[in-house]
Amino acid sequence: MDTAAQLVLLTLAAGTPLVFAALGELVTEKSGVLNLGVEGMMLVGAVFAFIVAATTKSPWLGVLAGMCAGAGLALLFAVVTLTLQANQVASGLALSLFGVGLSAFIGLEYVSVVIEPIKPVFGVNPLVLLSLLLFALIHWFLYKTRAGLVLRAVGESPQSAHAIGYPVVGIRYLAVLFGGACAGLGGAYLSLVYNPSWVEGMTAGRGWIALALVVFATWKPWRVLAGAYLFGGVTLAQFQAQALGVEIPAQYLSMLPYVATVLVLAVISRDAATIKLNAPASLGRGFHPDG
Amino acid sequence: MWLSPIVATGAVIVIGLVVFAFMGKNPWLATYTFFIDPIDTSYDVGELLLKASPIMLCAVGLAVGYRANVWNIGAEGQLIVGAICGGGAALAFQEVDTRWVLPVMLIAGMLGGMAWAAIPAFLRTRFNANEILVSLMLVYVASLVLSLLVHGAWRDPEGFNFPQSKMFAEHALLPILVPETRLHVGFLMAVLAVAAGWLFMRKSLPGFQMRVAGLAPAAANYAGISSKRTVWMGLMIGGACAGLAGVGEVAGPVGQLLPIISPGYGFAAIIVAFVGRLHPVGIFFASLLMSLLYLGGEAAQMKLALPSAVTGLFQGTLLLFLLAADVFIHYRLRLVRAPATVTRAA
Repeated sequence: MDTAAQLVLLTLAAGTPLVFAALGELVTEKSGVLNLGVEGMMLVGAVFAFIVAATTKSPWLGVLAGMCAGAGLALLFAVVTLTLQANQVASGLALSLFGVGLSAFIGLEYVSVVIEPIKPVFGVNPLVLLSLLLFALIHWFLYKTRAGLVLRAVGESPQSAHAIGYPVVGIRYLAVLFGGACAGLGGAYLSLVYNPSWVEGMTAGRGWIALALVVFATWKPWRVLAGAYLFGGVTLAQFQAQALGVEIPAQYLSMLPYVATVLVLAVISRDAATIKLNAPASLGRGFHPDG
Repeated sequence: MWLSPIVATGAVIVIGLVVFAFMGKNPWLATYTFFIDPIDTSYDVGELLLKASPIMLCAVGLAVGYRANVWNIGAEGQLIVGAICGGGAALAFQEVDTRWVLPVMLIAGMLGGMAWAAIPAFLRTRFNANEILVSLMLVYVASLVLSLLVHGAWRDPEGFNFPQSKMFAEHALLPILVPETRLHVGFLMAVLAVAAGWLFMRKSLPGFQMRVAGLAPAAANYAGISSKRTVWMGLMIGGACAGLAGVGEVAGPVGQLLPIISPGYGFAAIIVAFVGRLHPVGIFFASLLMSLLYLGGEAAQMKLALPSAVTGLFQGTLLLFLLAADVFIHYRLRLVRAPATVTRAA
């Protein structure tokens, strides 16, 4: 295989965890809910996927477990913010901190365990293909189906959606759970495919980068996809530079994804009007049918 | 208002009992080891206050911003940069033995923390960039900068190639507060910060303006309270406190720069700020609790071979329970015929 094709494949592989997590968060945010717990959900997804894959010897059961674990954590968030009406920002932060602690705790005995990773088919990993399929599905769902329209309406104006008779809280529950399952899937991809192992805090801020990606993408799925691969490419730079023998301390290259996130976030957010126009109008605000 | 932190603490202890029992330990012995054993001598109390100091400092600073809806979650990074700047000053004045070295270090650390917090403040006010994401990203950058320094330029040439700086000179270390313990002046600074935080929020005009900006942004706007100034003030105070906490860490028992300075004090401070209800007095007690969770985790690891990661689990649980408990206190649960719904209390 020539170098260019290989580079494309590597970029796809590095961007995929971000694709999963950011697409999930996109759907959650489209319903008007801001879940800052992506990092926590990814980590818990990664650790559960790894443990189940290690004990059952079936990586696909691991993938399923990762999704369920992410969704489980998201359910906790949904109960606290949607039913109990707690502040979404504070609860999301709490979820991330909780996920970091929980995953470190339950993953302790699995730190040096070796597993059978999910093997690529014709050079591409099935989970990478799944992420592309997920993108197509989400795009189709949001813009081509009635249910997608309802979801967006709930995010723009929950009062109106409620007045027409849609179950706003129920729809938001589903969107949050979907986001959690996707984040869990992103975590599972990390611990089963990208770097088949479990290391405490192995997401290294990818959950937060995914949150930033949704803003960069001005809440548009195809831009989320493009942004995820762009950042995948940036994370790749550190390994490529080392392989090419560039004499530069590794720390500079490790900083790249974070510095890039900050810079791109500033450039995209600069135009406040565009952000305001594209963000779901009720993002982060609670809603209760009784007013 | 003070009920939910207590309920949440109780809930964490109950969860602790369950987790300990689940791991095959005697739950009562484990609970004793975790919550009582770490504070039963005066030396241990010193350790409790020592660990509580950086958390308290960071949390007081963060709470000022949170009151005004300025969500700085990068205190950990500001702490690291504070430690780098303070530590840099200590290394620069290694040979200069005057009592001015310590104040210079403290100021350098505060300025460092402020400079790091100025990045999200500038990007938020000038480019409308979300301060939550920017401040968090900078935590990773800060720890990589520290790693660069202790692996490179600032590495102790006589340190057997370990990634660590030279030990600071005696005059660059914070004096011990209580003999026979390791408790140093940093605790005094934290308590002063608590008092200053209370005075600022309750008795000063900018503090009042920040509270208004948090409670009613529209009203603040009409009243001519500059939202840019609110953002800057929130982040600068948070950065200064976290930077000071960073100097306190390296000029304390450690006495040198290491690749890892804080076991997540900056993140624990977010939890402490909420559990303390964004009120300085509440933060004082919440930091003691958080410090106990750290010490308890260490004790459980040494005496019961329980993983110290329990600490992180308990920290997260504490905050989630707090947020949930708030609802049951602000709202009354009313059983209506058929489905039960949550209704606003009259």
